[in-house]
Amino acid sequence: MSNDTNILGYHPGSTFFHQLNGTTKILGLVLLTLIGMISFNTWYLILLCVLSVVAFISAKIKWQEVRTLTIAIILFTLLNLVLIYAFGPNYGSALYHSRHVIIGGNSFFALTWEELFYLFNMFLKYLFAVPLVYVFLFTTNPSEFAASLNRIGIPYKISYSIAIALRYIPDVQYEFHQISLSQQARGLELSKKAHLWRRLTSSSRILIPLIFNSLDRIETVSRAMRLRRFGTRKTRTWYMNKPGSKKDWWMLGIIVGLTILGLLLFIVDSGRYFNPFK
Amino acid sequence: MSQSPIIQFEHVNFQYESQTEPTLKDINFTIQKGEKVLIAGPSGSGKSTLGKILNGMIPEDYPGELSGNITINGQSFNDLDVFKLSFEVGTVLQDPDSQFVGLTVAEDIAFALENDAKPQSEIHQRVSDWAKRLDVAEIISNHPQDISGGQKQRVSLAGVLIGDEPILLLDEPLANLDPAAGEASIELLDHLSHKEDLTVIIIEHRIEEVLHRPIDRLLLIDDGKLIANDTPNQILKSGVLTEVGLREPLYLTALRACGIEVSELPEVDELSKIELPDNGTAVLQWDVEHPIQPNSDGAEPLLEIRNLQFNYPNRSIFNNFNLTINKGEMVAIVGKNGTGKTTLSNLITGFLHPNQGEIKLAGTNLDDLSIKERAEHIGYILQDPNQMISKDMIFDEVALGLRLRGLDEEIIKEKVLSTLKVTGLYPFRNWPIRALSFGQKKRVTIASILVLDPEVMILDEPTAGQDLAHYSEIMDFLEELNRTQQLTTIFITHDMYLMLEYADRAVALSDGEIIADTLPINVLTNDDVVKAASLTHTSLQSLGTLANLENPARFAQGFVDYQKEVRHHE
Repeated sequence: MSNDTNILGYHPGSTFFHQLNGTTKILGLVLLTLIGMISFNTWYLILLCVLSVVAFISAKIKWQEVRTLTIAIILFTLLNLVLIYAFGPNYGSALYHSRHVIIGGNSFFALTWEELFYLFNMFLKYLFAVPLVYVFLFTTNPSEFAASLNRIGIPYKISYSIAIALRYIPDVQYEFHQISLSQQARGLELSKKAHLWRRLTSSSRILIPLIFNSLDRIETVSRAMRLRRFGTRKTRTWYMNKPGSKKDWWMLGIIVGLTILGLLLFIVDSGRYFNPFK
Repeated sequence: MSQSPIIQFEHVNFQYESQTEPTLKDINFTIQKGEKVLIAGPSGSGKSTLGKILNGMIPEDYPGELSGNITINGQSFNDLDVFKLSFEVGTVLQDPDSQFVGLTVAEDIAFALENDAKPQSEIHQRVSDWAKRLDVAEIISNHPQDISGGQKQRVSLAGVLIGDEPILLLDEPLANLDPAAGEASIELLDHLSHKEDLTVIIIEHRIEEVLHRPIDRLLLIDDGKLIANDTPNQILKSGVLTEVGLREPLYLTALRACGIEVSELPEVDELSKIELPDNGTAVLQWDVEHPIQPNSDGAEPLLEIRNLQFNYPNRSIFNNFNLTINKGEMVAIVGKNGTGKTTLSNLITGFLHPNQGEIKLAGTNLDDLSIKERAEHIGYILQDPNQMISKDMIFDEVALGLRLRGLDEEIIKEKVLSTLKVTGLYPFRNWPIRALSFGQKKRVTIASILVLDPEVMILDEPTAGQDLAHYSEIMDFLEELNRTQQLTTIFITHDMYLMLEYADRAVALSDGEIIADTLPINVLTNDDVVKAASLTHTSLQSLGTLANLENPARFAQGFVDYQKEVRHHE
């Protein structure tokens, strides 16, 4: 199962982003996502998009590994934009205090440049963070991530639970597959030879053993952890804790710089919105 | 050895909250510092319960009533909890997969020290030190699931030993290892116990395998009572192991059968120490009197595998693989862990699909058949019963396959009950499955497949987790079906005795190739095959060698056949 390459998880490597500390990456992800969510300065959002694509490329993530998910996210975003338009086609005009109609004259659903520009901003906001999340997931070792979370103040029991959940996802996938196979070998038809509905309802049979097995596993693992003294002290150290290097300070500098730039633009634009229609 | 007790049990009783009878009854023993002790007993005897007391899981995790006095390394048990005990007793659990917490080997070894909040530099230092000592330094950044069974165990050991606990407790350390890896593991424990000044406690029912290296004392538990506490030599001589349903080292059984009085021999706990009276004439005599019966074979191909090719995304398993299984055969498939044995059965049952080649059953190509359709003819018992069981009650679980086939409830009832009877599960028919032991669950899965009347049965490690009494029962039953109904049976196993006893043909695999396809004894006579397939010689063979027999493997086979004969007459 470890052979499966289409897993959203840590892929060992030696790129710049692999070498960065987990703390740097989580701080970068959080700060940039926040400022990107708040800001409506189009140039700034474009800059973030370009930088995050650069990060994606330099982390050497294969497009194939994320293609399906990315396409799904883009489609979902587009659907979302259509809905935003459908529910408030005049929101852009209200926001930018002007109205330049492209098509539709005076009707309620008239498409304006202002609305289109607003939707374009939204589109950038939704998408700029996606490559960053990929970079984070693909280049950050879960254990190191747990260590990072712990370092920025999250209790170690919670940090470790997150890491261990990430670690067991492939195992549970494998187990599900095994149980499904053994149920088929008892006479449950789940192949293409059965009707879709039958296959769906039959699949529910797999869940019961899967849940029981997972519960058993949780029990055994937590026992194994306690036998090696997990959870008895207030603090814990981490084998995978990486000390910050110069690279991290550089990166943090860039991240903080970008964040400050975003904040400064609020003053320049006198508010969150860059308005080209003024 | 200095006499300073490290573990003391005085009048210890324990009863699980959910049970009406105590599991341990008036247990008294003392273990000295530095001793190496084997705790043995049949399934359900209470030996694992004893282990759970030693590491504090009882009473913390398994509530119940514990009485008596226990002292561990000078401290009273009442003052200890799991946390405090973990500084005294390091536990290696039975299944290394469930013990692994870390994402990599290094992190797993480091786990205890991380929890002790040791400085990172010290952790790195000690991890690399222990990785070297246990010979896992090269795989230190691998994922635990990508390493072999033997390596897994060494990693678990490193992760426990790194804490410097004076007592090392191992729960069935041999259960998941192939024979050669098992031997290596016992040798390693022996080495560690001397070098690291440890008190080692091994809980196991495979006595002969553990005695591959000397141990100081054997505690024998049966039905919750400590019935023997002595040197292995004394206990082996007394013959009490067989009485409680455990397998004594087979060379001893053979000596007894040859008419040699085992209790009169000075030392019997190691085969090499045995001095055969009259230079082994009795063994020679026996060997001459018991020639092995040649198998009569009317070969009618049932399962044919032709030019099979299969690979996982980054690993090739089979390349032009050919094998024919004939109707009515009992075939053992043996070989190292990870060599393709389970993959082969997965290809036959349709769990996996070959890249090339064909698999035919009675002339029909299986390629287009779904798993379900193949299952009409081929019954497959997975190694882990938990992956097969989906019902709460035993009756329903066994009936599941028949109900899916839409049979009449009256017929189902009749078939299920008769299958439960032959598999010895009838008394439990209304029990919830979760109350059963691993071995009993395994029997439920066998019953649930047998009830479907397959033409071929494939069993993955049928004897894992079963003690001698239970496994003989199941295998004898399968053999009878094989004889009376020509049920073709294929079993994947590490157990050399199982192969000698029940298979009429053995196929040894190594790296996806058949390196031997012959009578079971011939597998064991070929040293190259033994080595490549990670098998071990049986002690019966060694006994034959000791008695200067011409063909020690034939003696082994002859004896195993004889024993089965005796059992059938009982």
